[in-house]
Amino acid sequence: MQDLAAAAADHGVQPLLRADGLTKRFGALTACDHIRFEIQPGEVHALLGENGAGKSTLVKMLYGALEPDEGQIVWNGQPVRIGSPAEARRLGIGMVFQHFSLFEALSVAENIALALPHLPRRTLADTISRVSKSYGLPLDPRSTVADLSVGERQRVEIVRCLLQEPRLIIMDEPTSVLTPQEVDLLFVTLRRLSSEGVAILYITHRLSEVLALANHATILRRGKVVETADPAQETAGSLARMMVGSEVLGIERPPAVTGTRKPRLVLSNLSLSAEGQFGTPLSGIDLTVNAGEVVGIAGVAGNGQQEFFDAVSGERTAATDQAILIDGVQVGRRGVNARRKLGAAFVPEERMGHGAVSNFRLSENVILTRHATDNEVARGGFLHRRIARDVEERVGERYDVRRSTADPKAGSLSGGNLQKFVVGREIDRSPGVLVVSQPTWGVDAGAARTIRSALVDLARGGAAVLVISQDLDEIFEIADRIAVLSEGRLSTLYPAESLTMERIGLLMGGIHGEQAGEDAPAALKDSSHAS
Amino acid sequence: MVDWPVVAAIVLTIVTASTPLLLAALGEVVAERSGVLNLGVEGMMAIGAVSGFAATHATGSTFAGVIASAIGGMILAVPFAVLVINLSVNQVATGLSLTLFGLGASAMIGDKYVGVPGIKLPQLHIPGLSDIPFIGPVLFGQDGLVYFSVVLTIAIGWFLTRSRGGLVLRAVGDNHDSAHNLGLSVLGVRWAAVLFGGACAGLGGGYLSLGYTPLWTENMTAGRGWIAVALVVFASWRPARVLVGAYLFGAVTILGFHAQGMGLAIPSQFISALPYLATVVVLVIISGNKAMLRANTPACLGKPFVPTR
Repeated sequence: MQDLAAAAADHGVQPLLRADGLTKRFGALTACDHIRFEIQPGEVHALLGENGAGKSTLVKMLYGALEPDEGQIVWNGQPVRIGSPAEARRLGIGMVFQHFSLFEALSVAENIALALPHLPRRTLADTISRVSKSYGLPLDPRSTVADLSVGERQRVEIVRCLLQEPRLIIMDEPTSVLTPQEVDLLFVTLRRLSSEGVAILYITHRLSEVLALANHATILRRGKVVETADPAQETAGSLARMMVGSEVLGIERPPAVTGTRKPRLVLSNLSLSAEGQFGTPLSGIDLTVNAGEVVGIAGVAGNGQQEFFDAVSGERTAATDQAILIDGVQVGRRGVNARRKLGAAFVPEERMGHGAVSNFRLSENVILTRHATDNEVARGGFLHRRIARDVEERVGERYDVRRSTADPKAGSLSGGNLQKFVVGREIDRSPGVLVVSQPTWGVDAGAARTIRSALVDLARGGAAVLVISQDLDEIFEIADRIAVLSEGRLSTLYPAESLTMERIGLLMGGIHGEQAGEDAPAALKDSSHAS
Repeated sequence: MVDWPVVAAIVLTIVTASTPLLLAALGEVVAERSGVLNLGVEGMMAIGAVSGFAATHATGSTFAGVIASAIGGMILAVPFAVLVINLSVNQVATGLSLTLFGLGASAMIGDKYVGVPGIKLPQLHIPGLSDIPFIGPVLFGQDGLVYFSVVLTIAIGWFLTRSRGGLVLRAVGDNHDSAHNLGLSVLGVRWAAVLFGGACAGLGGGYLSLGYTPLWTENMTAGRGWIAVALVVFASWRPARVLVGAYLFGAVTILGFHAQGMGLAIPSQFISALPYLATVVVLVIISGNKAMLRANTPACLGKPFVPTR
C-alpha cells in the first residue's frame, strides 16, 4: 500500500492532497488568496512564511476547522468537503497543534482514548507503549499530562495522531517549544514516518529546519503562494528572501565605545534558590554591564534563565542588598517597581500572562509597567488613558504591531505581534538598564531585525542592555560581550569577537577554560538529559 | 457501661442527617466535574422537599414523593442550564439567584402544607436481621433512600473513573476547547450533568420532608445546600470522599446537639459553623499545593463555553 503510494509519487501520477485555489477572507482581510499546492505521499512538505502570512488559516481549512470561502481540497484525486476535524481524521489527516490540545488532569491513555473512541480501552495502554517505543517517543500511558514536560506533551499529541494511522500529518511549528535535543529526536521520528510513506506538512518560519528536513517547500507571503522551492537547491538566505520579499539584512552595529565606561548594572555573588520542582538554583553570579554595551547571556533553556531573570528584575529578591546594583544603588532586596524607578526595564520570556494581560487592552498593558514610574500615565493615583493610548499608538507604529482595531486586547494579537509590542513598550521608556529575555522568540525575520537594531541603538545611546537568549545567531548579532549560563553558573564575560560557535557550545556544556579537551562530549551529553 | 440502644439511636440520627447532604453533594460533584458551578443547590433542595411532600400528600405514596422531589429539583435546574450553558451567564450570580428563587417558590407552594402531618419513608425490616441489637437497626433498618445514596456513591465513582461517559464528562470539565475540537458535545454533556445535579439535590431535599422530619416547614433546608456545596470542595470532587465527608459533617452536627444536651458549653453557632470551617481548612491545604490543586479542581469550573465557528 505504502509502496504503491510511493511509486505513484515517483511517477507524479496523483498527489495525496491538492489545494485548489483555497481562499479565506476575514472581513476586509484576505488571509488566504487562491492557494494552490500539492503534497505527495511520503514527502516532508514545508509551509514557510512569516507571522500573518496565512499559514495557520490555510492549515485550519485543510483540517476542517475553517470552511474555505472559495476553492476546493482534492484528496487522493477526489474533491472533498472537510466539514470538521473529525471528518479530516476519518480521511486520514492528523494534526499536531502548536498550542497543545491535551487534557491536563487526565492520564496519557485517557487523552488518547478520547480521540480514538473505536480502540478498545483494555489494550490501549499496551498499544500506546508499543507504538511510542517503536517510534522512539517513550511514554508512560498512566502518567498524568499535567506532570509532563512540554516535549513529552508533544509526544502524546504525536502518538495520538499516529494511532489514527494518518496518511498526512500536519505539524504547526512543532519545534517552537522544544529544547534542541528534543528537536533532534523529533526530526528522527519525522524522517522515519516519511520513509514509511506518511506525508508531513510542516509549518515553520525557521529556515534551518526547512533545509534540514523538507523535500519541498511552499512559501507564503501575505496570503499568497509566492514560490515553490526545492530546499536542496536553496540556501537559508535565498529562502529568507522569498519569505520576506526582500533581502534580509543583518543589522548595523556601530562599535561599542571603548575606554572606561560607567557600570550601570552590577551583579556580585548573586545566588537564588530554584523556582519550583524543575528549576535550577543560581550560585555566585558576578556580572557587570556597562553603559553603551549589549551583553548576551547564552545557554540552553532550563539552566537557570528563569531564576536569573527573576533575580535581576526583582520578581524574586536576593538575599542581600549588595548583590545587585543599578547605577550604584543597592537594590538586591527591593522589588520590581523600585528598580523601575531607577530607570530599569524588564521584558520577561513569556509574553502572555507575564509580559501582558490577555484580557487587557494594549494601552492598559502600557499602564501596568509604567504606573509606578511614569507620572504622565498615572498621576496622583488617577490613570490617564489618553496618554497610555498615545504610547500604545507610538509603539504599535514603530514596531509594526499589526492590530485588527485601535487599541485591541492583548489576547487578540498573534504571538509575534504581541512580542513586538512588549519589547517595544519597554524600549519606548528609554530605560537606563534593559533586561530582556528571548527578545525575538516567535517573531518573523523583518520584525526581529527591528527589535534587534532597537536594542543596539538603545545601548549606543548610553543604556546598559542585558539580553538572555537561546538563539546564538541573535546573540552574536547584537552582543558586545557574551557569557554563558550553565547549570545556574555564569561563565566569565568574553568579548564577542573572541568567541566561536564551537567555543560557546562547549561553555554551554559546562566546560570552562582549559578543560575544553577530551571530556567535552561526555559533559555535553550530560547537560542534554532533558527528558 | 455503654448504653447500646442510646448509641444506636445517635448513629441512626447521624445517618438521617448525613443522607440529604450526601445526595445533594453527589449531584454537585457531577455538575462541577463537567465544569458547571451550581450554587443553587439550596434552592433545588427546597423545591425537592416541597414537591416530595406535596406528591406524597396527594397520592399517599412516599415512592411517588421521592420521584416528584427528583423531578422538582431537575425542573428548577432547567432555567439555570439555559442561562449558564446556552447564554453563558455568570454561574455564581445565576446560582445565587436560583437559591433565592427556590427558597421563595418552595415557601409559596408549601404554604398550604404547613402543619399538615406527612408520611415517613418506610424503613426496611428483615425479620431476624433487623432485630439484632445495634447492628440490626443501623445496617438493616434504614429507609430505601439511605441505601440508594450509598449505591449512588459507588455508581458515580465507577462512572467517573471507569466508563467512557465519565471520561468525556471529565474531559469537558478539564478543557472545553479541546473537547469541542475533538467533536465532543460540550453543551450536551453539561446539560446532562446539571440536570442530574438538580435531580440529586431534589432527592436530598425530598429526604428532608419524607425521611428526616415528615413535615413541611418553610426554609426547612436550613443551609444544608450550602454545606453540600462546601462538601464537594472538601471532598476534592471525589464521590467516595463525599460519602466520608457527608457522614463526618452529619456526625459533627448531631454530636454537637447531644453534647449540648449533656450540658457541655459549646455554642450552637460554633457547631453549625464547623462544616464551613472544615471546608476552609481543606481549601487552604489544597491551594497550598499547586500539584494537588491542578489534579483535583476541574480546570474549566465556572467558565462559560462559547463554541467558535
